[in-house]
Amino acid sequence: MAAVNVVKKACAVNPLKSSTPLGAALAFLGIEGAVPLFHGSQGCTSFAMVLAVRHFKEAIPLQTTAMDEAATVLGGADNLEQALINLQTRMKPRFIGVASTALVETRGEDFAGELKQILRKRTELTDTPVVFASTPDFEGALEDGWAKATVATIEALVELAPPHAANPASKRINVLLGVHQTPADIEELRAIIESFGLTPTFLPDISCSLDGHVPDSYVGTSLGGTALADIRAMGGAVHTIAVAEHMRVAAEALSQKTSVPHSVLANLTGLRESDELIRWLSAVSGQNASAQLRRQRSQLLDAMLDGHFHFSGKKVAIAADPDLLYALASVFHGLGAEIVCAVASTKNSPLLSQLPCEKVLVGDLTDLEEAAGAQGAELLVTHSHGRMGAERLGVPLFRVGFPIFDRLGVQHRCSTGYRGTLQLIYEIANLFMAQLRPHTPADFADVLPPEPVALEQHHGHA
Amino acid sequence: MSNSLDAKIADIFNEPGCEKNQGKAEKERKKGCSKPLTPGAAAGGCAFDGAKIVLQPITDAVHLVHGPLACEGNGWDNRPAATSGPTIYRSGFTTDVSEVDIVMGNGDKRLYRAIKEVVAKYAPPAIFVYSTCVTALIGDDIEAVCKHAAENFGTPVIPVNAPGFVGSKNLGNKLAGEALLDHVIGTEEPAESTLMDINILGDYNLSGELWQVLPLFERLGIRVHACITGDARYHEVASAHRSRVNMMVCSTALINLARKMEDRYGIPYFEGSFYGIEDTSISLRTIAKLLVERGAPADLLDRTERLIASEEARAWQRMAQYTPRLSGKRVLLYTGGVKSWSIVSALMEMGMIVVNTSVRKSTKEDKERIIQIMKDDAHMVDSIAPRDMYAGFVHGDADILLSGGRTQFVALKAKMPWVDINQERHHAFAGYDGMVELVRQIALEVNNPLWAEVRRPAPWAESAQPAVMG
Repeated sequence: MAAVNVVKKACAVNPLKSSTPLGAALAFLGIEGAVPLFHGSQGCTSFAMVLAVRHFKEAIPLQTTAMDEAATVLGGADNLEQALINLQTRMKPRFIGVASTALVETRGEDFAGELKQILRKRTELTDTPVVFASTPDFEGALEDGWAKATVATIEALVELAPPHAANPASKRINVLLGVHQTPADIEELRAIIESFGLTPTFLPDISCSLDGHVPDSYVGTSLGGTALADIRAMGGAVHTIAVAEHMRVAAEALSQKTSVPHSVLANLTGLRESDELIRWLSAVSGQNASAQLRRQRSQLLDAMLDGHFHFSGKKVAIAADPDLLYALASVFHGLGAEIVCAVASTKNSPLLSQLPCEKVLVGDLTDLEEAAGAQGAELLVTHSHGRMGAERLGVPLFRVGFPIFDRLGVQHRCSTGYRGTLQLIYEIANLFMAQLRPHTPADFADVLPPEPVALEQHHGHA
Repeated sequence: MSNSLDAKIADIFNEPGCEKNQGKAEKERKKGCSKPLTPGAAAGGCAFDGAKIVLQPITDAVHLVHGPLACEGNGWDNRPAATSGPTIYRSGFTTDVSEVDIVMGNGDKRLYRAIKEVVAKYAPPAIFVYSTCVTALIGDDIEAVCKHAAENFGTPVIPVNAPGFVGSKNLGNKLAGEALLDHVIGTEEPAESTLMDINILGDYNLSGELWQVLPLFERLGIRVHACITGDARYHEVASAHRSRVNMMVCSTALINLARKMEDRYGIPYFEGSFYGIEDTSISLRTIAKLLVERGAPADLLDRTERLIASEEARAWQRMAQYTPRLSGKRVLLYTGGVKSWSIVSALMEMGMIVVNTSVRKSTKEDKERIIQIMKDDAHMVDSIAPRDMYAGFVHGDADILLSGGRTQFVALKAKMPWVDINQERHHAFAGYDGMVELVRQIALEVNNPLWAEVRRPAPWAESAQPAVMG
């Protein structure tokens, strides 16, 4: 159990957070044929887009209502309307996800009401679902924006299921994914779920839109994602499962709207957590785990046994969004490492107090660097912006979360289920092994305390 | 927004140093140069982004962004502006204002406390404080806070009043120039000043490009006192008013700074470029001429000519090895068009065929130059829609694209070789050395065996009979 401590200072130095609207944009990109639209100044979009491009190494379709000073003062409804029409004409998206920014939220307008009016007035938009999420930058971070966009999408698009539509024979389940889950995580989860004879509907599903692939023709919108028809039909599933704590709100929203029961499995990384997933899937499907899964579990056990020597006693400092922080801290702790410092981007998660360390700071990368230095951390675990701190401390950096802009292939890193946990353990253990150096006499300088000076003088006389 | 910022923007739009502006009628001029953005079809950074790009390479200063998280949180440490010393400029400082700060009107107080924390912990020679849309909207008076903090803490605290919503990145560049004129340049004296001192305006030392040209100046005995701003120190910029000549590298960014430094301190300026061999030579020649006109020893002219002759020859000789690999290859140059003629001429010299070159930001003179080099104007394009560009590549209209990041994935998804000439690139392309490097990169890219591999049909798409093995 950890005490949650919000660092009080006026200046964040080297921010850990990525912005709330950006989280919303990533979620909208997990929907087929989507273009996310930020209601704000062009810079809000430009900064977010550049960061997302640096992470995914993909073109990111992200547009702006281009609010200038006058529009901000007078009200942005016209800009919103023009942006929607222009988007529709130019890019012909099948879905537009609007996320508000701090700029328009500071002035404060009835965006939902305005949007309703625009959609009523402009028949050109009739066939394009437009969803609005309120995501000011000054509230929360990436996880919150991601969750709000998903909730907004569910509320706007999921059709009310007819009674008894949740036919158990349909074997469809809804899976609400977290912002930290990569395309590879989703693919792994899909394979696990399908091995139980179930058909998952993932939301948001970036496994085909942000996985990095070469399409056969030019596509201006997102390149894949959850099909709109599948979203509409989510009310017909037998069960909904949120696989991140920050998606609990989305699971609740879906249950509230439809009659589909929901569960939350907040973490899918680790042996116990994977076991729980398998147990849950067995119960829902009425099927036993496949031989392949049984073998994977056995392989994970071996990875844990071989790997734990390298984790044992290691001092680790981690900074991440709450769900990812919790998943990683559990793995490190579970293999015998010590979490000497945990920093969360926001305080909005019940997981923080459950972290396996004494306290968790809600702060920035400077808090991480200082605590890691003071505690003698041997490994820094955070996103790419931790690189300068790691260099100053002279310790390796294990890159996790968002953004990772100085490494390739982050979409294909998997840490879900038995197989993903195995990969994660090997990756970290190898990083520790790369630090191993042959011992030298200097390593044993403290074997004996120095001899007292007086004694030495005595010897000299004799 | 304060009246003073309104006045400042009006003043920038009325820039007499700007050719384009002077070509306009009085009424047109009043409208300013910002084209209104099209909602839903806009691209590019905001004024805050532009201001920060210009000032951030003052590497020993703290750059503190007063706003909600996204402005700095999504954008810090995202440009390869290189440093030869301090690294504090790469850290992200932001007040990360919360809803409570906004509702309670605590922005000013939070900013003051943030400055206090920075001074106590980092003791930088100066702090640049950037306003943003939200803090401008709620009426935070950053100028007053900065003044108060500077007095109390004995550290220069410079307000940069360029909230994103006032306009484009380019306007932000200019507002950064205004901040330097109002609060920095002329506030300190250089330890030493000579008749051979120059400033470079509008070069950000991206990927270390400044270091591709500094040795040329050193050889000639010319001292680059301040690069505004690339690998810059606060003191150098603050004492830049004693230099003898200003070279303006990116004209659209800091014309106001160059023109006003001439007005105030009598420093002549000219517009030049270090991209391309001829451009580099012309720039060196012009600097030498202006320095001599202002009293530098006349032998500088001859020495400059000798250096140009030997370095041009050496560059061509170094590039010659790539001619066989480049000759006949068709290149699409998509740059925005600032001074692209010099690169066009070098590529043609290598035997390459320039399919098209974009001239979106080119001046009339630049365009004339391109026509002169390419014999007609059939190859000049303004902008190409991504979809059309993709179709062109698939059709095989070019062998390689040279462009910025925005069209990177259009090329790559069409399996088209691509060389990054964007500001975020990792290779340095300035000066004679940079042109050799650019040609080398093009030769490597266009001849990479990967392209033949990725264009092979998939096994299930092969229409021909499978080859008989053995």
